[in-house]
Amino acid sequence: MDSSVAAEPNIRVVKNATCTFCGCVCDDMELTVDLDQKRIIKAKNACVLGKAWFAEHSVDESRPVAMIEGKEVSLEEAINEAAKILVNARFPIIYGMSNSTSEAQRETVKMADLLSANIDSTSSVCHGPTGMGLQGVGEPTTTLGEVKNRADMVVYWGCNPSDCHPRLSTHYTVNPKGMYIPNGRKDRTVINVDVRSTTTTNIADVFVQVKPGSDFELLWALRILVRGGKLNSTFEEQTGVPIDVIENLASRLMSCNYGILFFGMGLTMTRGRHYNASALHMLATDLNEHTHFVVKPARGHGNVTGADTVMSWQTGYPFGINFNRGYPRHEPGEFTTTDILTRGEADAACIIASDPIANFAKPAIEHLKKIPMISFDPKPTPTSQAARVAFTTACYGINTPGTVYRMDDIPIPLRPAFESPFPSDLDILKPLVKRIRELKRAQ
Amino acid sequence: MTETMLLVPMRTAKQGVALNQGKLKDAYKRETSTVEIKQEDMDRLGLKTGDRIRLRAGTEEVVVSCKPRKVSKKVQDTATGIIFMPYGPTTSALMTDGDTAGTGMPDSKHLIVEIEGPLAQEESDG
Amino acid sequence: MSSALRIVNGKIHDPANNIDGQVRDICIQDGKIVESVPADTPKIDAHGMVVMPGGVDIHSHIAGPKTNLARKFQPEDHRYDPHPGTEFTRSGAGGIVPSTFATGYRFATLGYTTVMEAAVPPLSARHVLEELEDTAILDKGYYVLMGNNSFLHRMLEKGRMEEFREAVAWWLNASKAYTIKLVCPGGDEQWKGDKNATINQIDEKIHSFDITPRQVIKALIDTANDLGLPHPAHIHCNNLGHSGNYTTTLDTMRAAEGRKAHITHIQFNSYGGEPGKNPTSKAKEISDFINENPNISADVGQVMFGKSVSMTADAPLAWMLRHVKERKWINCDTECESGCGIIPFEYQQHVYTHTLQWAIGLELFLMAKDPWRMVLSTDHPNGGSFMNYPRLIRLLMDRDFRKQEAAAVNQKALLSTSLLDLDREYSLNDIAIVTRAAPARLLGLKHKGHLGVGADADITIYDEQENIEEMFKTARYVLKDGQMFIKNHEFCADPVGRIFQVAPDYDKKIEDEIRPFFDQYYSVQFDNYPVFDTHVETEIVPTYPVQ
Repeated sequence: MDSSVAAEPNIRVVKNATCTFCGCVCDDMELTVDLDQKRIIKAKNACVLGKAWFAEHSVDESRPVAMIEGKEVSLEEAINEAAKILVNARFPIIYGMSNSTSEAQRETVKMADLLSANIDSTSSVCHGPTGMGLQGVGEPTTTLGEVKNRADMVVYWGCNPSDCHPRLSTHYTVNPKGMYIPNGRKDRTVINVDVRSTTTTNIADVFVQVKPGSDFELLWALRILVRGGKLNSTFEEQTGVPIDVIENLASRLMSCNYGILFFGMGLTMTRGRHYNASALHMLATDLNEHTHFVVKPARGHGNVTGADTVMSWQTGYPFGINFNRGYPRHEPGEFTTTDILTRGEADAACIIASDPIANFAKPAIEHLKKIPMISFDPKPTPTSQAARVAFTTACYGINTPGTVYRMDDIPIPLRPAFESPFPSDLDILKPLVKRIRELKRAQ
Repeated sequence: MTETMLLVPMRTAKQGVALNQGKLKDAYKRETSTVEIKQEDMDRLGLKTGDRIRLRAGTEEVVVSCKPRKVSKKVQDTATGIIFMPYGPTTSALMTDGDTAGTGMPDSKHLIVEIEGPLAQEESDG
Repeated sequence: MSSALRIVNGKIHDPANNIDGQVRDICIQDGKIVESVPADTPKIDAHGMVVMPGGVDIHSHIAGPKTNLARKFQPEDHRYDPHPGTEFTRSGAGGIVPSTFATGYRFATLGYTTVMEAAVPPLSARHVLEELEDTAILDKGYYVLMGNNSFLHRMLEKGRMEEFREAVAWWLNASKAYTIKLVCPGGDEQWKGDKNATINQIDEKIHSFDITPRQVIKALIDTANDLGLPHPAHIHCNNLGHSGNYTTTLDTMRAAEGRKAHITHIQFNSYGGEPGKNPTSKAKEISDFINENPNISADVGQVMFGKSVSMTADAPLAWMLRHVKERKWINCDTECESGCGIIPFEYQQHVYTHTLQWAIGLELFLMAKDPWRMVLSTDHPNGGSFMNYPRLIRLLMDRDFRKQEAAAVNQKALLSTSLLDLDREYSLNDIAIVTRAAPARLLGLKHKGHLGVGADADITIYDEQENIEEMFKTARYVLKDGQMFIKNHEFCADPVGRIFQVAPDYDKKIEDEIRPFFDQYYSVQFDNYPVFDTHVETEIVPTYPVQ
């Protein structure tokens, strides 16, 4: 099982390492590591994003392990300060977790329970609406290997994997040969639905251009056809897609042997949001009357799926959770982070492995900047810069072992390449939870 | 010239690479403040690659540079009046509305902006 | 951690040691039951109470990918049943599929200390193990799905039985599972590969393989026996839920050819009638067969009225049930290994089929001559939540209560069964058998399910009450490995349970056969597939291979 081979005295090769940059979580990396320099000099099998991920996560030993108000402090001092901030807050929020191991995520939820805090992952501004679709109408889905083995129809809707998940098509879903797909790409039809053409369009057999904000109508039109109905011309006006194109698309979907709809933020971040996700899930469900059809959200960050999974098993709910009554409650719009911040409610925040200051809506960012914030990140970010307590962490997968959940919920182990002088998220969370418990007992 | 357009924040491989280098580095800042505009819209507005333009949403405004949007040669890409820019601090600044319609998700990919440009050098520096 | 303790004055029900309600002392030292402890050892006075071994559940769906999807997609169900934390315990959500911690606490409140998760594809082994780690209090293990494994199908097709057995042993080790699970063997291939078709009879050909379910069943039963697993192949039969399926069940049991096999939630496979029409009860035919064939054991899979969730690796079954109400539905295909379907469900007294299922379950309990081989389960949450166990126990122990309940169900269905003619009442010892002693014995957990010297000090003490349901709802004291964690009905500690696995020997050469298959057909690397020993702490239960 030991996959490391000493090639030269200070060079180590790690086989079957895992890239945790995006939700593909490819576990066939072969990393060449310079142990003296503490950096990865080659990442065989990695895509352009993975190569950058591995190349750019060397260790900058000049960075302090922790800072309070921008000043270097010991880890212990920072943990003590962080615990005080969280214990003294009336409405503490915990957010992020998508670039953290499931082991650290489990400890984070424990901390939220202990603090009676609010907890939410980056899902709420990613595939949160997809989770709501799942709660509403269910979801026929699959693991990626079954797509490889069986799918003769691959639809990319409102997503651009060629840029965002570069190996999704080449390693899992389109190019590879599978058990019942002996000729790989040749045996599959690839359809791309989007408001614009992208690099993904270049690998598609069919491109359907939909008007921005009308995905729901197009999905509903397809449902009507799949259920044996007829379309009137209003659908063409609304979606910008000619009726014959919609009809052709529906008949292609119905006549495949095993189809999959991948989708992305083009559905969840636009008009309709969870209605879009629900409509897509229902379309796939309807298609199961004719053939075998599944869906799969193309999840973004390395372990955002793990955040949903862990919170679901520990609390019953995937995101947007509040413990202030002593038990978890779930309400998107109420306990989701953007809403809490926009309403100006939280009075302390603990941000774990994410960067809301760089991508939240402006009113949310403004409130976040007003309250004491704790950040966990391997690199300086706009969020770590605005934090009162900032921890520098080891990078998961590169420095720390553990488990991450791929976009299809498959748990993948991590094989760290080299040791970091910085603690992992879990290394900080454990004493932090302990300190919080002590402070709460003393209250 | 001024026109109202739809700004759709998105991701690119280049942005993904740049964010690994560091979000405080120039490459990331450059990638997340360059807007992609369809060539025919650029022509109509009199814009050239690298021109500075102003985007305004409500009371917020940012100055960014622009470049023509690459469209697939395989297909007929008919979308005009839509511009694209990778997510980052610049798109966040234009997300003036934190309302999520009860979902947790703001309308992140549907920002109505006023586009103005090209800007003169001194104006874009300010 | 666990100092010595003596339980005095309680009525002991320990059927494995032939103790039936006698008042005796139970002595505990270092987590085990011992002959004696010093006179000044602290005591629990169990006067007016009943003392039993901690409950052992042989078949529940409590953790893993399918359970978690069922949790995730029913916020409406958790909403009405919050599970607040205490100074000692974590909070969580209740409902038909509680969160992991709440699952542990709620089982423990009923007096259960060991629960087995019934079905997980090996590709999700790490997932289920992480959830089991987060399942409070309980000792646990899980059964790994092997009945729709493409690699094993290939070995079988080529008649390479030795490699088949080595591969199964490799898979058990790689996944850190407790035994082999079959769910609708061969059925997933039809579902995934032939536009949602299904397979019903065990002699039909499996889609795209030149084998039948019977061959898969036989091979896995033999392998479990040959490897000497502590619990034999655990089988969810083909054709489950369909009228007329009892013949498939009999065929499956016969396929064991005298070797040990466990048929799970057998109630769902005891139906007469024509396919597509109303079912009838074939509880007698099934009971007769089991009564006469000591190699077969079963758990009932009792249906209880009220909310349930159908969550199963039998994907075509869930799809069929979806058409009943067209409510939300989950399907999840696992490459080379499994299918899965989930739908929320409700058993209603006025519905013919639901009443029939309820009555058949009770018939199976009441007709069983050997309670050691027909044990209690609701196939939680498929037949209803484990929280129904106290009510089910009352139905078995209290004939009048049974008749009273029977008055409210669909009479046409009821009268087509023999339930009203069955006067048998379970004794407390019978209950101790079907909820503790027998499942522990069937699982091969020698230190569980009894109170003899050397047993794990997992002990439940109930207040003796007229109303049996109330009595079994909340134990007064519960001990795990000698540590009292429920005292006067309140949690006073949060001990961490163990995870059991088997680790049968195998010839490492089999990896050379499996590796290329992974490279071609799996989406994860072969070397990353087995659960690392560092991932989770487990306890290996010994196997006794046939020489």
